[in-house]
Amino acid sequence: MFDIDIQYAWLLLFLPLATAAFNWFCLTKRPNVAALTSTLSCLVTLVLSIGLIDKSGADNISWLTISDNFSINIGFMLDSLSTRMMLVVTGIGFLVHVFSLGYMADDEAKARYFACLSIFMFSMTGIVMASNIAMTFIFWELVGLSSYLLIGHWYSKASAADAAKKAFITNRVGDFGFLLGILLLWALTNTLDFSAMSIPANTCECLINLTILCLFCGAVGKSAQFPLHVWLPDAMEGPTPVSALIHAATMVAAGVYMMVRVQFSLGEAAFPEFSADVIATIGAITAIIAALMATQQDDIKRVLAYSTLSQLGYMVMALGLLAGEAAMFHLFTHAWFKALLFLGAGAIIIACHHEQDIWKMGGLFKRMKITSVTFMLGTAALIAIPGTSGFFSKEAILDAALAKNPIFFWIGAGVALLTTFYMMRVIFVVFFGKERSHSSEHAQEVSSNMWVPLAILAVLAVISGYGFIATDLVPFNDFKAAEFHLSLPFYVSMGTLVLGIILAYIFYAGSPASDKLSGNAISKAFANRLYIDRFYDNVLIRGVQGVLAAIIDFLDQFIISGMIVGGIARLVGFVGCLLRRIQSGNMTAYTVLFGIGMLLVIYFIVYYSC
Amino acid sequence: MLIWLVLIPLIAAVLIGLCKAPARPTALLSATLTLALGIWAMVSYDCCTDCWSSIHGMDLQLTLGNALSKVMLLLTILVTFATVLGTNAPKGAEASWYNSALLISAGATGAFLSDNIISFFAFHELALIPTFVMIGLYGRGDRRTTAWRVTLYLGLASMVLLTALLMVGSQAGYSFSSIADYVKSGQQIQNAELIGCLLLVGFGTLISLFPFHSWAAPAYASAPTPVAMMHAGVLKKFGLYGLFMFQPMLNSAFLPWNEILLVLLVCNVIFVGYVTVNQKRLDLMLGNSSVMHMGYIFLAFAALVAAGNPEANAWAIKGGALLMLAHGLSIALLFLLCGQVEKQTGTLEINSLGGLGTKLPRMAFVFGLAGMASVGLPGLANFPGEFMVFFSGFAGSKACFGPVQIATVCCLWGLVIGAVYMLRAYRNIFQGDLSKASDYATELAPHERAANYFLVLTLVVFGFCPQLVLQFFTF
Repeated sequence: MFDIDIQYAWLLLFLPLATAAFNWFCLTKRPNVAALTSTLSCLVTLVLSIGLIDKSGADNISWLTISDNFSINIGFMLDSLSTRMMLVVTGIGFLVHVFSLGYMADDEAKARYFACLSIFMFSMTGIVMASNIAMTFIFWELVGLSSYLLIGHWYSKASAADAAKKAFITNRVGDFGFLLGILLLWALTNTLDFSAMSIPANTCECLINLTILCLFCGAVGKSAQFPLHVWLPDAMEGPTPVSALIHAATMVAAGVYMMVRVQFSLGEAAFPEFSADVIATIGAITAIIAALMATQQDDIKRVLAYSTLSQLGYMVMALGLLAGEAAMFHLFTHAWFKALLFLGAGAIIIACHHEQDIWKMGGLFKRMKITSVTFMLGTAALIAIPGTSGFFSKEAILDAALAKNPIFFWIGAGVALLTTFYMMRVIFVVFFGKERSHSSEHAQEVSSNMWVPLAILAVLAVISGYGFIATDLVPFNDFKAAEFHLSLPFYVSMGTLVLGIILAYIFYAGSPASDKLSGNAISKAFANRLYIDRFYDNVLIRGVQGVLAAIIDFLDQFIISGMIVGGIARLVGFVGCLLRRIQSGNMTAYTVLFGIGMLLVIYFIVYYSC
Repeated sequence: MLIWLVLIPLIAAVLIGLCKAPARPTALLSATLTLALGIWAMVSYDCCTDCWSSIHGMDLQLTLGNALSKVMLLLTILVTFATVLGTNAPKGAEASWYNSALLISAGATGAFLSDNIISFFAFHELALIPTFVMIGLYGRGDRRTTAWRVTLYLGLASMVLLTALLMVGSQAGYSFSSIADYVKSGQQIQNAELIGCLLLVGFGTLISLFPFHSWAAPAYASAPTPVAMMHAGVLKKFGLYGLFMFQPMLNSAFLPWNEILLVLLVCNVIFVGYVTVNQKRLDLMLGNSSVMHMGYIFLAFAALVAAGNPEANAWAIKGGALLMLAHGLSIALLFLLCGQVEKQTGTLEINSLGGLGTKLPRMAFVFGLAGMASVGLPGLANFPGEFMVFFSGFAGSKACFGPVQIATVCCLWGLVIGAVYMLRAYRNIFQGDLSKASDYATELAPHERAANYFLVLTLVVFGFCPQLVLQFFTF
């Protein structure tokens, strides 16, 4: 590619910030200009990140000087991990910007929307290029902010406002652990720089476990792993392009990226077995429960949201199996095809006049050829049809699982079966059969600034497993992308693929009016997210937190403020009352008191002088 | 020259109060002058000292010699300017509203610049008087009771504090510099443990350390906006400033109490944090949140005491100073906004508000930033402060869990609590359906907006460049 100086990486970081500020403060009255500046800025960053793809190097400026020999830096670190990830962020970012030009064309707050997208690009770039973990945390919080702002874009809608709040607070719970992990890591290694990090010999293994798991808490929040997964499906309240960019392709993958970065810096050998097992288990649990929930969702975006959860679970499982290269590869391929699926869903939603229920769609293949074909290509990658990018990355994870621990392999295979089943369900219901509502009867192909990004993404979804993009994607563990080999994982995934398609065909082909599987207790549980959200709302938030706060407030009001402080005040008041009795204004009483006083004085003088 | 930082607001107050000068222009002029003069003093002198007069051999000396004084002076002049600029005095009460801000400003400036510990104390008392009077005259709700309670509470704390100051002063001289010399010469301070306890209780009550915090939230909730801004933003930092100033000299006095202090500060964060979660009124919520945030700064202090001297744990003193500044700015802004919400809608009940963001988008933007600052979002001044304070807890620990580290972990949970109450309040006030109360809202007056933006700007500037403040420190 063309040659540029690595100092341009600063521009990569700060151009989106400048754009965001400019849009927010200067262009609120000119939304179309704002949209264009954001998109152009994103194009520039895309070009820059293509130019920087084979560069390596680092540069730092001191942000906080603590002492002569320690400061917290803001900087960038270019290596094959960060430059590849930048390509994903700016590439998908640019396509989503273009798609948004069409999708958000009539929005009242378009300038704010594009400003927020630019804030997101700034913060995500910061995470990817961070040269130290303190900087990761700073930008970690900022992507949280942009996610909050974008989920709550239509903030006068109660559900959107609630979802934004939920996302931020749930992430904060994860950040509690993440910040503690950073503190421990810093205390252990005495540095924050990724390049200088190493755990000193003869450190207690339990301490390393604790540190790793605390850092992992951050990933659990950001990458929406069980038990903090609840915010991601609700985040679908945001505009659909946002779901594609932030809640499918990039930000939610930041947790995985951060863990890979830590693995890469500390060396995989530094991960003790216990923490690795916990990470793999959390990933496996998330993958399986999210896939189960996805089978009974009726909102097209929610199906994709649960699918994202499930795929993130795959990546986290790979992390726990110490196969960071597989996790990174799947992150990379997943970003393209999931962004495609979300944008495709967005196109369908627009075409159906903001209808999101798949049971009110149907027969869209005839009406929206381009969208349908691209959506199906995305699905092909997601369900891992051989030759597509998703196939290679899923194989990589399954291979690693089989090598390390067969239980995880079989869980992964089960998830693959469920994935095929729920995605084919969407395909059959949405694209084939009869139109189920007025809105799907009038659906039309979307405008070109929406379908062109879809087409580009569709190409990338298929090919991103090959070529210069994927090879030496992750420079460790002798990673090789796009390899076929006929072994057990291959046969098993072929089996799950075929079985999944057949099952979906049996239940959903032929235009059923409603889901034949719904109605029983199990499917109700899946549709209601296994009641986890309800448990959190009613038990943890209203129950534990609410009651705890009420009790503590009561203690504060009545015990500390009322009884102790008030008690002392009353005691003083009581003494005051007694003393007031003495001052009766009665001359005789004063004379008596005076006499007694004099007697006492005389008595003491005599007594002590003797 | 430094004396003018105190004299200008005093003269302005006299002009307004006695000579019937037009209140707002005079106050604004005074605040602008002190702002300019203060920044000039900070920039142009590394260390400047005014010796004003000598009474009975005690120099009433004002100095800008150490970093903490500079940070606190910066806080005072910034918040004073915003307060005077943004205040909406009710008809007929202009003089007292502006004068209260000016007097608190003069008192706080005097206290932060005093080298002499008696004038340090006396200036603070001067600044407290307007607080009592204003709550009693113009407060919300049960103003008489609140005013009396604050008066008694803080009066008692001042007595305790004065005792401790006299005990130190009688041994080592009545100024910070003489005490430092005394300790440096290797002499021991008698009754150090008792002095430490008295200082912690005295200063602690002024800062609303748990369990001496009961005065704070009702007082802030009741106080008129300028007093709430000046007291919560500036004057409350007096106690913390005092503790940080005494720490290098009296570390052995504080050390025996450090573990108790750690428990209390965790209570500040967690216990008062959950009290805050349960509040239904914005003013009480902000008052309690201000109490809660004091816990973080106490954590910096405790880490400092555990480390011994400021150079040994530079995170603590720098983080503490930065957080004092940031918290002062953010809470002042929040109280300013709280006053504006009440003026616009006539209520502060969080649940009867809603959808205000559609009526007042700019105010929603400012409130969002102020709330996010208080939650500790990067890019705003509170974040580097909190971040450094948490690091100070683990500095030099080699990842072993001692008392300070355990307290730090507990305080980290405050990040979650803070997000819960602040975002919930924001959600219920500014987002969602438009409520009846919010429907009355009209656009803010230009001076109100100017004050809001001024404080937001300071939060952003110090959030992006905390080094502007940290450069005051020489180590």
